[in-house]
Amino acid sequence: MDKLPDGVMEPRWIAGAPTLKQVTDDIARPMEGKPGKLWYALFAVAVLCLIDLLVMATWLIANGIGVWGLNNSVGWAFDITNFVFWIGIGHAGTLISAILLLFRQKWRTSINRSAEAMTIFAVMCAGLFPLLHMGRPWDAFFIFPYAPNQHGPLWVNFRSPLVWDVFAISTYFTISLVFWFLGLIPDLATLRDRATTKIKKWVLGVFSFGWNGSHRTWARYEVVSLVLAGLATPLVLSVHSIVSMDFATSLVPGWHTTIFPPYFVAGAIYSGFGMVLTLLILTRQSMNLQRYITIKHLDAMAKVLLLTGSIVSYAYATEFFAAWYGGNLYEKYHFINRATGPYAFGFYLMVLCNVLAPQLFWWKRIRTSVGALFVVSILVNIGMWFERFIIIVVGLHRSFLPSSWGMFYPTLIDFGILIGSFGLFFTLFLLFIRFMPMIAIWEVKGVVTDQAGHAGDAGASHAG
Amino acid sequence: MRAKVLVATYPQVDDLLRAVRQARRETFRVYDVFAPFPVHGLDDAMGIRHTRLPKITLIAGLTGLACALLLQFYTNVLDWPLNVGGKPDNTTLAFIPISFELTVLFGGLATVAAFFLRTKLYPGKQAWLVTPGVTDDVFALVLRKPSDEESERRARALLTEHGAASVTESEADL
Repeated sequence: MDKLPDGVMEPRWIAGAPTLKQVTDDIARPMEGKPGKLWYALFAVAVLCLIDLLVMATWLIANGIGVWGLNNSVGWAFDITNFVFWIGIGHAGTLISAILLLFRQKWRTSINRSAEAMTIFAVMCAGLFPLLHMGRPWDAFFIFPYAPNQHGPLWVNFRSPLVWDVFAISTYFTISLVFWFLGLIPDLATLRDRATTKIKKWVLGVFSFGWNGSHRTWARYEVVSLVLAGLATPLVLSVHSIVSMDFATSLVPGWHTTIFPPYFVAGAIYSGFGMVLTLLILTRQSMNLQRYITIKHLDAMAKVLLLTGSIVSYAYATEFFAAWYGGNLYEKYHFINRATGPYAFGFYLMVLCNVLAPQLFWWKRIRTSVGALFVVSILVNIGMWFERFIIIVVGLHRSFLPSSWGMFYPTLIDFGILIGSFGLFFTLFLLFIRFMPMIAIWEVKGVVTDQAGHAGDAGASHAG
Repeated sequence: MRAKVLVATYPQVDDLLRAVRQARRETFRVYDVFAPFPVHGLDDAMGIRHTRLPKITLIAGLTGLACALLLQFYTNVLDWPLNVGGKPDNTTLAFIPISFELTVLFGGLATVAAFFLRTKLYPGKQAWLVTPGVTDDVFALVLRKPSDEESERRARALLTEHGAASVTESEADL
């Protein structure tokens, strides 16, 4: 372990000094008992929204995507907005599990598991939208280069960022899933060894791969985790860069800029951390895990939000500056239209939520108030959804020729599917915190043991 | 092959580490250590060599890279060149994103597969627990049982000296 300078204490990320057995008991308790009323209430709402998704998606597929508010001017709207929104949400999970692992940030251990689960569910929600936008989802396999090809052109167009997306998202989903599952194995073994019913023992036995805590396995396990983290880090940066290229490689004013990849990545991390914060606050309140998901964790996440929110704000400013300084008529008009046109309300909502709201986190009182954090985290989610909506719809609705200008008005189906995607996401997430270890038991045990060791060291040095 | 082993359980991780170091100093053979989390410093204490798994990552990653480039080159240049916006058939720069993704995909999956193969973990495998609780809060040091009685006595004494809660005899696969 790296030594800290004298007098600097490693913060205690877990409240109190629980024994290893207590850690297991505390984290396994929600899975073994009955969840509280809050959980049931949230789950009921989530399932209702999921049913809404099924109905809306069926309606959409039966009638074609004309039921959305799309038209010739605005051929992309809610669908792609939702896609980019959900993909962005996913990024915080990988950031917490991979990038913070590489930086040896110990506070990740209480939150990485649920953040990774969030990534997987968010990518599933994201994948839904291109699928639905195809109108004929049963032909979705067309997007993969497959042989023998019996439909349309012989191969997919590898020069298209949409095809890059196919590879990026499916790789991202696969690697995230594997990383998450790998992390779960030791915890599943822990649960297997304390399972009381036969069925539980059997299911956990199958998925825990015969794990027995051998250190020869642990040693390799840690290396594999590091390798996967090393792979996932550039992967996550590439995924949102490629998503941004869906726009940046086009010629549409407001889209055709080189700032998009870093701007989108920062936005993705920002929105993802917003969602992690929302979820963790719900989790710790509904599952009584305040000891493990402490105010310090929430404080650390608020700081990340402040940083990424500021980067995003800087990117907004840069876009406006470049539009003015670049002297391109269409680009300039796009940004005037963004701030004064028919969708200006969305722009100001975005500024309020993404530029102003995170600045509240300069104050420690706000960073450590659960209520304030929850409100701001919701604002972040709203703001980031509107950011994508503004970029996409404002870009399309008044492009080069005034004769092709138009407006996009969302229909009930547009809203229904957006709400439905939240239903899918929250149903999966609530099932996850109910039936799986939502905190990495083995990683927390490592932190608790280090913490105890530190307390001992500190005591010794004071005595000396 | 089965071999006789001595299983010492420790409630404290520091005691375990000291016991492992002392056992190796006295040239007892450490069969394995079982712990609920990866204990820092055990790699050195047990004298575990660096794993070769990252090499698998490199090889598989390069394979993924080669496959991606070949796929894109073959489809776009050899098999069915399509004129897209007047761009040349072999637009290598446009091939880079997919090549990167497949490098990561191959590298990641192969590393995890190699890990499972090397550590002989597979779905549904019956877990062999050296002593109950090693996945909860017990640390177990497992030594190969020395053949002569004198060393066995010394080994047991050593294990107990360092705070073992219990020392039992068991059998383990080699």
